[in-house]
Amino acid sequence: MLRQASRLLARRPRLAARTRPFSTDLPAADQTADATFTEAWSKVIPNLDPPKTPLSFMQPRPPTPSSIPSKLTVNFVLPYASALATKEVDMVIVPATTGQMGVLPGHVATIAELKPGVLSVHEGNEVTKYFVSSGFVFIHANSFADVIAVEAVPLDQLDANLVQKGLAEFTSKLSSATTDLEKAEAQIGIDVHSALNSALTG
Amino acid sequence: MAMAALRREGRRFAPLISPRPITAVRSSPIAPSHEDEGPIGVRYISTQVVRNRMKSVKNIQKITKAMKMVAASKLRAVQTKAENSRGLWQPFTALLGDLPSVDVKKSVVVTISSDKGLCGGINSTSVKISKGIHKLNSGPEKETKYVILGEKAKAQLIRDSKKDIELIITELQKNPLNYTQVSVLADEILKNVEFDALRIVFNKFHSVVSFVPTVSTVLSPEIVEREAESGGKLGDLDNYEVEGGETKGEILQNLAEFQFSCVMFNAVLENACSEQGARMSAMDSSSRNAGDMLDRLTLTYNRTRQASITTELIEIISGASALEG
Repeated sequence: MLRQASRLLARRPRLAARTRPFSTDLPAADQTADATFTEAWSKVIPNLDPPKTPLSFMQPRPPTPSSIPSKLTVNFVLPYASALATKEVDMVIVPATTGQMGVLPGHVATIAELKPGVLSVHEGNEVTKYFVSSGFVFIHANSFADVIAVEAVPLDQLDANLVQKGLAEFTSKLSSATTDLEKAEAQIGIDVHSALNSALTG
Repeated sequence: MAMAALRREGRRFAPLISPRPITAVRSSPIAPSHEDEGPIGVRYISTQVVRNRMKSVKNIQKITKAMKMVAASKLRAVQTKAENSRGLWQPFTALLGDLPSVDVKKSVVVTISSDKGLCGGINSTSVKISKGIHKLNSGPEKETKYVILGEKAKAQLIRDSKKDIELIITELQKNPLNYTQVSVLADEILKNVEFDALRIVFNKFHSVVSFVPTVSTVLSPEIVEREAESGGKLGDLDNYEVEGGETKGEILQNLAEFQFSCVMFNAVLENACSEQGARMSAMDSSSRNAGDMLDRLTLTYNRTRQASITTELIEIISGASALEG
């Protein structure tokens, strides 16, 4: 019986120490959920708890500081990963549709669409370059920059031969395209590949 | 007539020598065990029925345990993807805020559910929330339509809201989930459905045992402009310079579409995680129940077996003592 007791005692701390193996780290659940929504919900559907909304899962952004901060905080997100998450950098150059745009701390609030091109992140003396396919960049007044791209690869993972082949392929597709849709698709292919080309050479 | 009398006599004595079914007097929770044939004069209770039942319950336990393992491994695979995609919708909410109580004429509820069953109550929760949102947003001049992803929600919603369903999409997880597939899906929905606000209902994955029903709202560009002009939560939107050759409206249009595909991607992944987690816990409780049932059946089996041994012993002993005395 004593043996059993010691076994039970040994088991208990193990259970306590074994944290839920799949629990994920969610940002602090903010209670700034939309109050009007919860009220309206409880009036119409009293038996069910109202569903949560994304605001309760997000950490709130800091308000606009009065003086320009020294560093820019960058979030660079892709569907498959967050390449950079709240990283403090000096400058970011994004390939907006109007051209390469440099973003420094204190930049005016902007929404810009991205075209295929090179995104470079400058932190001190190091520069990291990515080729982004397209996406959006939001620059907020509090020196936060959100870059959302569909695909981004570091430049050293690009293969020059495949780029040339792709460019030739899409050029021929454009010349043989009949419908507007095909022409548009071929044009997109050409844009991306020529941007890849200039990224590799320039 | 003498023959008839003899036959009657025979019938009276016959039960002593030929087998006849005995209803079990012991308290067995299952079908009465029946007497079996043996050498003439011996009666013993059969444990065959209990044994069959034990075998099938054991098989069920094995199957549900295997399903739990499969769900656990699938969960591990999807979970990393879901966690990586969590950063995707945050910039949009940071920019455009979250307005689930926005007053619009046409809202479309996108309900995300699973194709396969045996996953607990998550699909019913999603459907209940969707119906709740429908009720919340119905009124004069307001209408709500459904876009359904997944077989389970389709089965439940088609029963009473058939006329409100715009689009049904199934077999989402035939190929591993990726952004391209979801963006094509989002494109289809945007092309075929008119909306002022899209409300995506899904189960957000917190942990293996906790799934939170969540609704994400994506507004159409016109509504975004309207809310920005009227001030309130989106009032700061006008402060943002819009870079780009085209008009602000076009950029906002692209933004809304991109936001929808990003939010959908995250929602679909989270729901897949929740489905696997729910299936894990459902199969776990089912194998535990099967284990309990097996324990109870084992007790019954042992009781039955011991009772038959006792009966046999009694008969032998009483037969022996009858011979002596």
